[in-house]
Amino acid sequence: MTSKPTHSDSMFSKVLPVLTVSLAIIAIWYVAAVFLNAPIQKDKYERAKLSDWTISQLVSDTLAQDRPILPAPHQVAVEIYNTTVLKNITSKRSLIYHAWITLSSTMLGFLIGTLLGIFLAVLIVHNKALEKSLMPWVISSQTIPILAVAPMIIVVLNAIGVQGLLPKAFISTYLSFFPVTVGMVKGLRSPEVIYLDLMRTFSANRWDVFWKLRCPSSTPYLFTSMKIAIAISLVGAIVGELPTGAVAGLGARLLSGSYYGQTIQIWSALIVAAVLAAILVALISLANKMVLKRMGMSH
Amino acid sequence: MTGLQKLLALVSASAASLAIVLQPELATAGWMGVYAALCVGLVVTAFLSRRPFSPWMTTAIGAVSALGAIAIIGGLDLVTPQTGFWCLVVSAWATGWLFIDALSAIESRNRTYQMLLAVAIPVIFGVWLLILWEVNVRGFGVPQVLLPPPSAIGVRFAASIPTLWADFQQTFLKSVLIGYVLGCGSGFIVAILIDRSPFLQRGLLPIGNLVSALPIVGVAPIMVMWFGFDWQSKAAVVIIMTFFPMLVNTVAGLTASNAMQRDLMKTYAAGYWQTLFKLRLPEALPFIFNALKINSTLALIGAIVAEFFGTPIVGMGFRISTEVGRMNVDMVWAEIAVAALAGSLFYGAITLVERVLTFWHPSYRS
Repeated sequence: MTSKPTHSDSMFSKVLPVLTVSLAIIAIWYVAAVFLNAPIQKDKYERAKLSDWTISQLVSDTLAQDRPILPAPHQVAVEIYNTTVLKNITSKRSLIYHAWITLSSTMLGFLIGTLLGIFLAVLIVHNKALEKSLMPWVISSQTIPILAVAPMIIVVLNAIGVQGLLPKAFISTYLSFFPVTVGMVKGLRSPEVIYLDLMRTFSANRWDVFWKLRCPSSTPYLFTSMKIAIAISLVGAIVGELPTGAVAGLGARLLSGSYYGQTIQIWSALIVAAVLAAILVALISLANKMVLKRMGMSH
Repeated sequence: MTGLQKLLALVSASAASLAIVLQPELATAGWMGVYAALCVGLVVTAFLSRRPFSPWMTTAIGAVSALGAIAIIGGLDLVTPQTGFWCLVVSAWATGWLFIDALSAIESRNRTYQMLLAVAIPVIFGVWLLILWEVNVRGFGVPQVLLPPPSAIGVRFAASIPTLWADFQQTFLKSVLIGYVLGCGSGFIVAILIDRSPFLQRGLLPIGNLVSALPIVGVAPIMVMWFGFDWQSKAAVVIIMTFFPMLVNTVAGLTASNAMQRDLMKTYAAGYWQTLFKLRLPEALPFIFNALKINSTLALIGAIVAEFFGTPIVGMGFRISTEVGRMNVDMVWAEIAVAALAGSLFYGAITLVERVLTFWHPSYRS
């Protein structure tokens, strides 16, 4: 009985501030929408020779424009509802369809990136020469703005006949292997000297030390890295969709929205991307908790 | 010699001899024959000495691997690359790796010597990557459009320095730097402002963490619509991208001091601002620098990607997207090189400042 109130208490003390700040953000959003859209609305009134408009009329009209500078939250919500629930999933107007396209290349890139990252980390931990020579390049590889050259990679890979999922996944891979490598190098090195010495007294070989000591103790690091990696994979997939000429995917929705001035479409694609990112990170956190619990490492 | 070194030496020598057997004309073409002979001789000597490499031996391996690099690059113009030639490439690469392995096994107490090694090893590794890139692209006849050899990129780079400089000015000196300073600065200031309100902290931190994980580059088209085509819209994207990492890290850093230290400040009768400036901000520096480093790459990406959505006819992102359309891939690569160079120097400069300011941190003391 004693633990329960404190638990709900901590839940309360966490949820209330987050809720307040979220509500404040939405309120600011509404105010900003009115202010940013008002000039165009006034212009419209003038052209329609309407001089006796009231403030309340202005406010309600600024929040209901077709192509507002900043759409109001409820407009975005309605657009998302219309393009997810009301549309057939296979329809090209369904955001779920576009989100699925983006999600599939995100997942593929994330998977390859994580495997590559772990592989590199294992090599680096076991070979001093590779640690000294490869590690600096792993770090400086991320100073290349890969997102910026993503269009070229897509176009070039298209030219040699690699199309569809793989080019986009390649960009996600490039972005996501880095946090995994860095985190896993740290994780595989995390066992303390006492444990390594203990393994030596058991006359364990490198293989045993790796599987029975280094791997288990690197698990928390792996999950932390994977949370960063999956978020960054999603960014890579979205940017990778920009140059394909707005065919499909959330990035394509962004691009076609910006071509035709459909701000509501841009914002709804952004919000769906945000929700997707949040879900993916939450799923990894959940997996993290479950695995650590099975391994007896959670507190 | 360690097991790996033995393996590399064996690969190096046997591939070199195999190369001459398979393609006998290599023996007289350029430096390739000389390299093969020296390589086999070196490996035999190394095996006969049966000890870890002496400094002389390491130097000799380095010299032979350098000769191998020159030989295979020069050989590209002299012979048609066949199996024998590729064997020689494998051999030269194995010698290069052996050299890196021997260098990283050196343990030295001398500070300058250590620093020199810490720079030399990655540089040699990088040079070998470039050599392999050059040899493979030219040897296999990969079309220029797909992947130009580094030499072609270098020539293009040197020939179009004025254009590259103009793009650099537009993208880096205007959009990136201004956006970076404003974004990091405002993130820092907001963190200080909400520092006194635990309620706001608890509310903003989870949201800040969420936003840091979001694809913020997506706001680029909106910013271009709001602020126009020039650098202001790019700076706006950079501000939004850099704001939240800075906010989250500074807030986390400000809580990094422990109760004992804060109690000590209290016994000195230090006020809020004194505690902030003399204890909590210095303690937060590692976190702040972490954010500055993350933001340095984010800023460059944000500015370049934002240029895809509309830009005046100058800028790195503009150049990349137009030259891709014109299939001038070497120019794109020159632009990438500028971006990578600028990004690395930016990152390096921040690391340097970090070292000077946080010399007391455990990660730099040891």
